[in-house]
Amino acid sequence: MSFLYFIAGILAVSSFMILYRIGHGPSASDRAVAIDILGVLVVGFVCLSAIVTGQDFYINLAIAWSLVNYIGTLALAKYLEGRRFDE
Amino acid sequence: MSSNVIIGYVIITIGAIFDLLGCIGLLRLPDVYNRLQAATKSVTLGTMMILIGTAVVTASPWVGIKAGLCAVFILLASPTAAHALARGSYLAGVRMWDKSVVNKFKERAEELKYEPGEGE
Repeated sequence: MSFLYFIAGILAVSSFMILYRIGHGPSASDRAVAIDILGVLVVGFVCLSAIVTGQDFYINLAIAWSLVNYIGTLALAKYLEGRRFDE
Repeated sequence: MSSNVIIGYVIITIGAIFDLLGCIGLLRLPDVYNRLQAATKSVTLGTMMILIGTAVVTASPWVGIKAGLCAVFILLASPTAAHALARGSYLAGVRMWDKSVVNKFKERAEELKYEPGEGE
């Protein structure tokens, strides 16, 4: 089980790299890209917590989070494009 | 420790290494489009491998079905979102890197930029 904490440490280092890119990104597009990638990485975190705690319902959280992340990324892309959302 | 747990841990480890390499690419590459390319592909594959490894470790059919569903959805949705982000970034005026060699979206972007406005 402690091996999974090592994996979680790798993912945490990756998350801090993404947070650096969110904080210091030169443009708004960099921040939008980093937010998208962070959302995909969180799905991996949720799956690791499903193994560590032994609770099966974390997989449902992973599905829901990936759906929400997809919609949010599309909204950010439309916002960057400078158009209306209902187009 | 049974064999499926060991196989699942190996798959999860490879996925986590893919995630780490993708995030290094997100940190180090020079351009928005290069960063998007590296990070999206690597992190999508890494997260899919973590999902499949979770299904292998738990060895439960419900977890396997849900993890496979989530992996297929990420496989379909993440490149679509990356495409939309790249398109939005280009139309927002983010410049490409100086050493980029090909730009097949240029004519279409100029057409789109000179379209009449949409009722605003």
